[in-house]
Amino acid sequence: MLEYLWIIPLLPLLGSAVNGLFGAKWPNKLVNVVAIGSTGLSFLCALEAVREFFESGQVLFHKEFFTWIAAGNFRAGFDLQMDQLTVVMVLVVTGVGWLIHIYATGYMAHEGGYYRFFSYLNLFMFFMLILVLAANYVLLFVGWEGVGLASYLLIGFYFLKKSASDAGKKAFIVNRIGDFGFMLGMFLLFKTFGTLDFVQLFAKAGPWPAEAMGQLGTFTIACLLLFTGACGKSAQLPLYVWLPDAMEGPTPVSALIHAATMVTAGVYVVARSHILFSHAPTAMLIVAIVGCATAFFAATIGLVQTDIKKVLAYSTVSQLGYMFLACGVGAFSAGIFHLMTHAFFKALLFLAAGSVIHAMGGEQDMNRMGGLSKKIRWTYGTMLVATFAIAGIPIFAGFFSKDAILFAAFQNQTGGTILYVFGLLTALLTAFYMFRLIFLTFGGTPRFDEHHVHVHESPWSMLGPLVILAVLSTIGGWFALPAFFQGPDYFANFLGPVFGGHESAEAAGEIAAHQLELILAGVAVGAALIGLGVAYWLYLKRPEKAEGLAKSLKPAYTTLLNKYYVDELYAAVVVKPLLWISTNVLWKTADVAGIDGAVNGIADGTTAIGDGVRYTQSGNTRSYAVWVVVGAMVVIAIIFFWPFGGKQVLGMVR
Amino acid sequence: MVPTNYYVILSAILFGLGVFAFIFKRNIITIFMSIELMLNAVNLAFVAFSQALGKLDGQVFVLFVIVVAAAEAAVGLGIIILIARNRQTLNVERVDLLKL
Repeated sequence: MLEYLWIIPLLPLLGSAVNGLFGAKWPNKLVNVVAIGSTGLSFLCALEAVREFFESGQVLFHKEFFTWIAAGNFRAGFDLQMDQLTVVMVLVVTGVGWLIHIYATGYMAHEGGYYRFFSYLNLFMFFMLILVLAANYVLLFVGWEGVGLASYLLIGFYFLKKSASDAGKKAFIVNRIGDFGFMLGMFLLFKTFGTLDFVQLFAKAGPWPAEAMGQLGTFTIACLLLFTGACGKSAQLPLYVWLPDAMEGPTPVSALIHAATMVTAGVYVVARSHILFSHAPTAMLIVAIVGCATAFFAATIGLVQTDIKKVLAYSTVSQLGYMFLACGVGAFSAGIFHLMTHAFFKALLFLAAGSVIHAMGGEQDMNRMGGLSKKIRWTYGTMLVATFAIAGIPIFAGFFSKDAILFAAFQNQTGGTILYVFGLLTALLTAFYMFRLIFLTFGGTPRFDEHHVHVHESPWSMLGPLVILAVLSTIGGWFALPAFFQGPDYFANFLGPVFGGHESAEAAGEIAAHQLELILAGVAVGAALIGLGVAYWLYLKRPEKAEGLAKSLKPAYTTLLNKYYVDELYAAVVVKPLLWISTNVLWKTADVAGIDGAVNGIADGTTAIGDGVRYTQSGNTRSYAVWVVVGAMVVIAIIFFWPFGGKQVLGMVR
Repeated sequence: MVPTNYYVILSAILFGLGVFAFIFKRNIITIFMSIELMLNAVNLAFVAFSQALGKLDGQVFVLFVIVVAAAEAAVGLGIIILIARNRQTLNVERVDLLKL
């Protein structure tokens, strides 16, 4: 299978093409077969490829299938590679993606444009697989842009709804800003190293001396440019604004693209380029600070949102911040670990939220839910597992990955304590808003009209993926379990060959460090339990207190509810001036007055001249005779009286 | 020996009269005659210069002009007769089918 690695991305592309071209008139079941079949086969192929990868002794597999662009000494090929990092990504993408496809067949059953939806979803899988399998930056960029396209198509899936099509455009445009940085980063890397192939590039970059902190060298600039792209794709400050709006898409899309896979592409790129980043400590620190700030910032917004999907959207932004924090402090494997566990529990959260929305007949406002725990038990149970996981309750997946990140942040030499404190605060806030979501949705008494809303459990095509993801959200973190008993951290060890010696700080495994880790883990669990307790008290025991609190902290509450007015700020600083310039300068001045004016002016001028000159064509013979005489006299006058040789003027003399 | 410029001045006067009549007269036959007058004014100039320069070129040109004038007279008179027959007038102001 490794030799035929291209099959893995090709299958979803075929599925997308078949459904997109022929699916319009097919019954839903046939569309299901194509969509689920192609992704399922792709998952099986990925499993087989991974098995062969293990069998071959986990050596980097790299194959050039064909040359795509060749110019001078530049070559960008359709080259795929597989190493430990790819293994994690490809299994997450195909596995979680497949589950979400299955879920979507239930969720979208009554929607129009069924074939179109699955065609886009498969297209997304194709591009995402290209992204994670690519062996050079150029091919990676193809997947990078492709997932952006699929994201745009799927956010704007209900394109008749203005807010949905606007959200799609917003996602695309904000991503483009980041992509611009990414491309500049690629150009700089090519200019410096003469190649964009991962293996060659990292081999060349490795021996270079690392730059000093605060030095703005090639590595730092290139890394910051790449990170700009990652910020756009992974919704980090200041380019996160598109992700909450992306919730306009159908819920499976939110789960697949805006939680589990696409948004982690930025983290993947940073982890993939870890050799470059480890040469640029300044860039690393900026990544850590941006990640930490985003985690905290998004978590605070998540506290007050009332739309169930918006809460999850901000929690996604926040968790992505954690991943960047991990990468920024050099704990790449912890970042990827969190990426994986997050893919499980966030996909589960979104799918369960979709199940809730499905049960409530399309209602998304948590203020009009409540008391659902007994009515939709499976959804409740699975969502509770995911909430435990994201809040960092021990034995669930999120606990291990978050703990690894916080530990790494604490140990960071520059500003480690501050990063750790904010990370811990974020963990507390995360536990609070997630349990707030649970209590508001499932706890208490129903706050909706029970006669009109017929609450019903979702079909098994939707519950099945939920249960599988719940299992994964529980056991997904157990790779790191032995580390708590001074054993090896299997996940970090597995990724060790990719990230090399950068994990030495963690791998040191001294008793003191181990004890420190246990203490920090205890603190993190304590924070999570405090968050849980506060949420329980505010939203289940004393619901009136929550409203009172919101009233007494009115300014802070409204600021959070309006997301710190960031969208308004962007509108005022970027959008409004741009619109003004477009309207007044480009449209009214350049286009209407300049271009149209020139064209119309020439036409009008010609007409006006013609209007004047036509009077010479009087049809009166004698007036023609006068013209002849006048003309002859003018010619003679030129010949004899022109100051500088009239004969030359008329061409009579060579 | 009459100086050449006398001839040229006379030629110019005749030509000017021809032009004047050509523009301001209304009768086609008069206009036709004014054209003849202009042609012959030019003939006079040709002959005068030919004499002054001692070359025969001018005289040869005069013969050509006379030939062309004769042909033109034949065609022109034919046209005039047709106009007179068709429109019962010789006034050019009324021959205005080309007018806007």
